[in-house]
Amino acid sequence: MLSVYIHIPFCIRKCLYCDFLSFPAEESTIEAYVEPLLEEIETESPKYAAYRVDTVFFGGGTPSVLKAGHIEHILSKLRNCYKFTEDPEITIEVNPGTADRQKFEKYKNAGVNRISIGTQSVHDKELKVLGRIHNASEFFETYRMVREAGFDNVNVDLMSALPGQKAEEYGATLRTVMDLKPEHISAYSLIIEEGTPFFDMYGTDCSGTEQSLCLPTEEEERLMYEETGKVLSKEGYYRYEISNYSLKGKECRHNIAYWKRYNYVGFGLGAASMVENVRWRNTAELQEYLNAFRELKPNGKALKNIKEEIQHLNLNEQMEEFMFLGLRLTEGVSRAEFLKMFCIDMEEVYGTVLKELSEKGLIECSERIKLTQYGRDVSNYVMSHFLF
Amino acid sequence: MSGIDQSKIRNFCIVAHIDHGKSTLADRIIEKTGLLTSREMQAQVLDNMELERERGITIKAQTVRIIYKAQDGEEYIFNLIDTPGHVDFNYEVSRSLAACDGAILVVDAAQGIEAQTLANVYLALDHNLDVFPVINKIDLPSADPQRVKDEIEDIIGIEAQDAPLISAKNGIGIEEVLEAVVQKIPAPSGNPDNPLKALIFDSLYDSYKGVIIFCRIKEGRVRKGTQIMMMATGAKAEVVEVGYFGPGQFIPCEELSAGMVGYITASIKNVKDTTVGDTVTDVKNPCAEPLPGYKKVNSMVYCGMYPADGAKYPDLRDALEKLQLNDASLHYEPETSVALGFGFRCGFLGLLHLEIIQERLEREYNLDLVTTAPSVIYKVHKNNGEIIELTNPSNLPDPTEIDYMEEPVVSAEIMVTTEFIGSIMELCQERRGRYLGMEYMEETRALLKYELPLNEIIYDFFDALKSRSRGYASFDYDLKGYEESRLVKLDILINHEEVDALSFIVHADSAYERGRKMCEKLKEEIPRHLFEIPIQAAVGGKIIARETVKAMRKDVLAKCYGGDITRKKKLLEKQKEGKKRMRQIGSVEIPQKAFMSVLKLDDK
Repeated sequence: MLSVYIHIPFCIRKCLYCDFLSFPAEESTIEAYVEPLLEEIETESPKYAAYRVDTVFFGGGTPSVLKAGHIEHILSKLRNCYKFTEDPEITIEVNPGTADRQKFEKYKNAGVNRISIGTQSVHDKELKVLGRIHNASEFFETYRMVREAGFDNVNVDLMSALPGQKAEEYGATLRTVMDLKPEHISAYSLIIEEGTPFFDMYGTDCSGTEQSLCLPTEEEERLMYEETGKVLSKEGYYRYEISNYSLKGKECRHNIAYWKRYNYVGFGLGAASMVENVRWRNTAELQEYLNAFRELKPNGKALKNIKEEIQHLNLNEQMEEFMFLGLRLTEGVSRAEFLKMFCIDMEEVYGTVLKELSEKGLIECSERIKLTQYGRDVSNYVMSHFLF
Repeated sequence: MSGIDQSKIRNFCIVAHIDHGKSTLADRIIEKTGLLTSREMQAQVLDNMELERERGITIKAQTVRIIYKAQDGEEYIFNLIDTPGHVDFNYEVSRSLAACDGAILVVDAAQGIEAQTLANVYLALDHNLDVFPVINKIDLPSADPQRVKDEIEDIIGIEAQDAPLISAKNGIGIEEVLEAVVQKIPAPSGNPDNPLKALIFDSLYDSYKGVIIFCRIKEGRVRKGTQIMMMATGAKAEVVEVGYFGPGQFIPCEELSAGMVGYITASIKNVKDTTVGDTVTDVKNPCAEPLPGYKKVNSMVYCGMYPADGAKYPDLRDALEKLQLNDASLHYEPETSVALGFGFRCGFLGLLHLEIIQERLEREYNLDLVTTAPSVIYKVHKNNGEIIELTNPSNLPDPTEIDYMEEPVVSAEIMVTTEFIGSIMELCQERRGRYLGMEYMEETRALLKYELPLNEIIYDFFDALKSRSRGYASFDYDLKGYEESRLVKLDILINHEEVDALSFIVHADSAYERGRKMCEKLKEEIPRHLFEIPIQAAVGGKIIARETVKAMRKDVLAKCYGGDITRKKKLLEKQKEGKKRMRQIGSVEIPQKAFMSVLKLDDK
């Protein structure tokens, strides 16, 4: 099986906290991007002849800035060049204010069967602070249109620990969104990344900011995070991963592929891939990417290699990843799978670490190793123990 | 080599304030006399340690012999002895000076006389050297040679009106300097037929030849086969080789006789046998008494040095052993710390010396070190009459056993432009300085005289001085002696456990302030753990300050976008890497650099 990620590095305007590979672009640039993307999908396809595509994920940026026709093109190219499983999960991320009813219908006709709406908040005040392009009512409007277009698998992205946010406000956001009954909710905390406007505004200290816009304290942040679990579980949302909640059977298969280390290939600018324990990423230089497929070699390959940071994972690295990625999932990791995959007992490799962490109450060990609630709170601390 | 005309020898050195161009002038002299072509010249030939060049300072004394054909048509032998410029190496400087007959005083044409200019020139005059000034950096836009000449005459009282005006960097006026050496520096005296009397001014360890003694022959002669004796240490040996110093190489010769500067090798295995300042004589025909001025160099500053990785202890020992071969002033002995494991208590001439050794250990021997706060030697007078020389604060006896304590005091001279007098006086006051007086050098500059406890200046005094005078103040000091003082030991408790490596001795009046700052600093340095960590400062069991490192309740969760695992892994690696550089004290992990944080408590 294979998961396919397609990166659309464009947006209307960059949000103040965003450090993903994304930027506003002219209509013509966006048009020009689709061509090499289609080339890349085609020229790479012979390598994946033996795989069947089970999930496709259009991520960004804001993939919905593309015309619906482009998404149709890309998906039909994929179907022409790759074999698919019977019931693939095909997701596109959209931002309120970038897609209308008609666009959603076209997505549906093109085969998209899952929509992920990035709203982050349903309070206008917070949306403004984040530098989002939309307000709350545009989100509700978008959500309604998605449902009207007939999508029965919808995710809503939310963010906690926003500047000036109170636990009650976040709770209200959660409840409002839950009342819409999306099948899936992703709830992350805001992270202030270097190089973003937020870093300059809040990164070092917030003495320069108004009291009302200060970042929540760590304790408040943890309360919000706990709140997410409590509120959502009451309504039948199951936390299958540290930050992801869904109704039963509606887990994001594409997301799970990352944590279970299934093979995935990324197409487009800066897209990351992992296939048979080799990781790489595409160039992040737009011009380089746009030019890469202008001319092809006689063997059909791109003239210029756009793969960077190619890394062949050795056994230790594979085991590290198995542990720290797998532990993000609520079901944790299985000793039997570890043994099957690496032909060595997990106890032999990580016995001391497991003992230490379980004594500290951070993990539960049986056949499966899982994070405890406490362990989830400090998951980075726990996961760092599994690195060699 | 015998029969060299003494009147054609000039033994001299160059003295200057740091950065006034001493080493550059030395280079030009070597270049001018044709010893090396400029292609072979690497900037600053004499500073041949990588560290010396990088820091622009001379650490070890260096010597070179050059031939100069003077305007009178005669060839002269110049022995140029480059001396260390820093106050830490004062004794080495004084011994190098004793090997000379004269000195060139280099003064910066823009900056004029500085604290070390004075200190070094007085040292030279004390050794009865004939000193003549040269004004360097005359091509700087801010150069004011006439003002500097007047300053030299007014302040030092030596003739300066005909001082050569030079730019060592650009090779201007070098010829004039060389002529002045011939004219103004006296030829050596001393009778080659008297019993051998030679001054050791430096030594070097060579793995093939053993110790190489650098010496100035004051009386008599020495050659291969001479049975020699070091008069202070009593060590005896048979001379294997004598010779003089080419640039970067040793050139053997037949004999060294009175007035000459050169080296002796005698298969001596230990530099300690050949201490700087000692007198070498002939066993069969010894001189009546040694040269004056020999003293045993004592360490002024001590600190603990520990390998960051405990398994590297033997490597650290080997490295110290090797460094000591060339640096007899470095002392070390094994010690154990509960917090840091096995390491060494090391003694240094001063803070610069400490830093240099630390840096050399890290660079040349590739060791990762944890250094504890430097300490001076305190004299602890116990009730039973016993006196302890305390170099490690952890060894302080119980306060009930102590009658009183003494600490070393220095007399310091600080030269500063008048606008900063206020802030510098304030600094000295804060550091328990005793004001002795002030002299105006000229309208805009003054020389402040203070007595300061050594332990107040070994941490960051120099940095504070520079920052409070925008870099203009210069500073020199001399150990004056010991004085009774109200001193206490400040202990640091982390998670209720005393951390021996963080204890230090402090004046009772500053204990509270230092304790508070120390706790604040440690709070910043210690990462959060899964539990709350109290950090306390205590004097004699009484807690005087406290901070708390809050427990980590949640760590950040990055969204792993589009399967970008690499970034996530880097984050975890950083966390893990941080852990490796930690020391485990009880259940708390303390970063290595926290042990050095006591050094940087002046936040002005």
